[in-house]
Amino acid sequence: MLTLYTRRRLINAIGLGISALAMLFGLLWLGWILWTLLANGLPQLSMAVLTQMTPPPNSTGGLLNAIAGSLMMTFLAALIGTPIGILAGTYLAEFGQRGWLAPTTRFINDVLLSAPSIVIGLFIYEMYVVKIGHFSGWAGALALSILVIPIVIRTTENMLRLVPNTLREAAAALGAPQWKVINLVTLRAARAGIITGVLLAVARISGETAPLLFTSLNNQFWSSDMNQPMANLPVVIFQFAMSPYQDWQSLAWAGALLITFSVLSLNILARVLFRQKSTTY
Amino acid sequence: MSAEKTVTPKLVVRDLNFYYGAERALKDINLTIPEKMVTAFIGPSGCGKSTMLRTFNRMYQLYPKQKATGEVLLDGENILDKKQDLNTLRAKIGMVFQKPTPFPMSIYDNIAFGAKLYENLSRHDMDERVEWALRKAALWTEAKDKLKQSGTGLSGGQQQRLCIARAIAVKPQILLLDEPTSALDPISTAHIEKLIDELKAEFTIIIVTHNMQQAARVSDYTAYMYLGDLIEFGDTSTVFTNPKRKETEDYITGRFG
Amino acid sequence: MPTFLREVHMKRHNLLDILFRNITRLSAFAVLVLLVAIIVSLIVGSVPSIKTFGFQFLTSAEWDPVTNEFGALVPIVGTLITSAIALLIAIPVSFGIALFLTELSPRWLRRPLGIAIELLAGVPSIIYGMWGLFVFAPLFADYVQPWLIEKLGPLPIFGPLFQGIPMGIGVLTAGIILAIMVIPFIASVMRDVFEVVPTLLKESAYGLGATTWEVMWQVVLPYTKIGVAGGIMLGLGRALGETMAVTFVIGNAHKLSASLLMPGNSISSALANEFNEAVGELYTSALVELGLILFLITFIVLSLARYMLHMLTKREGSTT
Repeated sequence: MLTLYTRRRLINAIGLGISALAMLFGLLWLGWILWTLLANGLPQLSMAVLTQMTPPPNSTGGLLNAIAGSLMMTFLAALIGTPIGILAGTYLAEFGQRGWLAPTTRFINDVLLSAPSIVIGLFIYEMYVVKIGHFSGWAGALALSILVIPIVIRTTENMLRLVPNTLREAAAALGAPQWKVINLVTLRAARAGIITGVLLAVARISGETAPLLFTSLNNQFWSSDMNQPMANLPVVIFQFAMSPYQDWQSLAWAGALLITFSVLSLNILARVLFRQKSTTY
Repeated sequence: MSAEKTVTPKLVVRDLNFYYGAERALKDINLTIPEKMVTAFIGPSGCGKSTMLRTFNRMYQLYPKQKATGEVLLDGENILDKKQDLNTLRAKIGMVFQKPTPFPMSIYDNIAFGAKLYENLSRHDMDERVEWALRKAALWTEAKDKLKQSGTGLSGGQQQRLCIARAIAVKPQILLLDEPTSALDPISTAHIEKLIDELKAEFTIIIVTHNMQQAARVSDYTAYMYLGDLIEFGDTSTVFTNPKRKETEDYITGRFG
Repeated sequence: MPTFLREVHMKRHNLLDILFRNITRLSAFAVLVLLVAIIVSLIVGSVPSIKTFGFQFLTSAEWDPVTNEFGALVPIVGTLITSAIALLIAIPVSFGIALFLTELSPRWLRRPLGIAIELLAGVPSIIYGMWGLFVFAPLFADYVQPWLIEKLGPLPIFGPLFQGIPMGIGVLTAGIILAIMVIPFIASVMRDVFEVVPTLLKESAYGLGATTWEVMWQVVLPYTKIGVAGGIMLGLGRALGETMAVTFVIGNAHKLSASLLMPGNSISSALANEFNEAVGELYTSALVELGLILFLITFIVLSLARYMLHMLTKREGSTT
């Protein structure tokens, strides 16, 4: 009896020990990756990185055009994707109790949420780049916006579902038509959560490389023309890191540091924002 | 049921049945609710008293699979009729819920929200309307200095009075109160009961409550419901002191179940 | 009746209600159109390749832009093998992490640890690729691969998997990097799924004298197995479609080799490396067809994942 019990306790201890190791294992990678970024990227960071254009091989320069391009495309992608996502998410949460459209959309949206992003790039290439005949900033923004839409739909629906029905009833009881109930009361009550979703979507797309390879491509020079190929951080990092040139590799590390820390800060900001909201309610 | 000779009927319910899917929650209800009086619905949970209230402004229609048959006549017009516009109906019949439901906006905007829906008021008129509603709801002195602050920052009792102010700012004819004090402390409850007494000069009030003392204190007429049936309806003092039905007496004296 | 109830207001409201409802409905519909458009555009782009190679495309390992001979076998196999390696590593580790987060961790540590795991999921995939190429691969080549070749290489059945020269990059490395990437996804789904287990159920098992480990294996895991499987499929979907992390370290060789230490290729890295350089209709079309295959594989895997997670929540809903 005692031996059986000892054996059970032993298995328990081993199992739990392994699970703690697994946790450490997960944290180890995060720490290691962040440390690598800091060790390789920090020495490369300088004003030049933020003020100069991407250089030709074997000369110094910065990442200004890539940073600007990334900001522009990310901003536009959010601008295109957010309204569609919020409207569709509103449909799922507020009008989706009957009919086939809501469950189907929900399912398709969940699939799109984790669809391979390189295929999205391929899709925009086939639908847009081929038709206009050249790579462009617009194509990049469109590809990124397709990644934004499912994330925003998902969070909008979830956040609207958290709004208590009594609030909808209270607004309807005053004689408010449904569009006013939704726009002035429910969406407003879910605002913090939806903003969190948009921030997470922006965080996700600002690190995406694959969908930009066949859409905006890259541009060695400054360009604010969305109809031209457009430089962006991820693709520049990809090209520079894979290149044999020392200068380019150094810039790639600087860019990697910048992009990772902005993405992680956005992630943290989004969480902090949402937590504040949930404590006031 | 009982015949009120001195009062004008406001809401007449005829053969009302209500269904949640296949489940019948109200069974052939007939009664008349008098104008500018307080009518209370009492009964154990699940008796259909809240369902009854939700048919009066057709709130049930927000949800699929709920339906009502029969007639509810508001000044002679059947509000269950398909042609009845829901939003205008609800502007005529206000409602206050169990838990306070302040909207995520300022106190001022909370009250202006409903009033703006059907009236084009000037800035000045709107200010007056907000003050009028807040005074009616006995919240003016507490709220007048923080009209621009969020309505969610008020205490529970204040929030509930804000909701009452919001409901009467639309100038409805009938006010439905669904257990308005069940989430409040005794002092706030006393506030609201006093308010109900004052408001009945202008509005027809229908209140659902699980608290029998409250019904006895605030109402002129009382309806006792059980399992979807209307057991007894009449003058509050008669229902409480001299009920006609045995079931009512059992419930009121606490010998129930 | 109150004079303020204006007919005009009512009509306008009703009109706007219909308008608003239809705008939101249209947006929801746009999602369906998007999916159909993606599939159709990929099929249209693949037509030249489908016409030329037919089903042979799936079974041929040939990939020669000079002679215009294309077959998808190498990238398909590469995608499947790297994902399989990733899951092999990620499943037990994720289970450990989820177990730690739900049962073992002190309460005050749960949130920071949870956030750390979610941040790991937030690191852009290109960073995993760079880190894999510049940091992990050299260490792997110096310390781990020689040992694998020496100890496992001579074994009878598994041996061929671990023969070759220690290059650092290759199929195994790609699989390991992918594992690190998908661990946070699988772990957070598992954690969420474990948290839906009713406390009462766990307490009654503890009440019988069961250890934490026994409660996990015999109560929680059986109760949540559909959801856990769904989480794993979700991770698999991620791994199959991941591009940048793999492209850096897989080696990009269109060659089938028995050894996991040799360079290979995956669908997404073939696309990332070759698409912009592809010359000629057939070459481009073959790559688009690769993309179509990838999309269909992930579509099936993700649909299954969602279905399983849906079943779990549905059962959860019916038991409460």
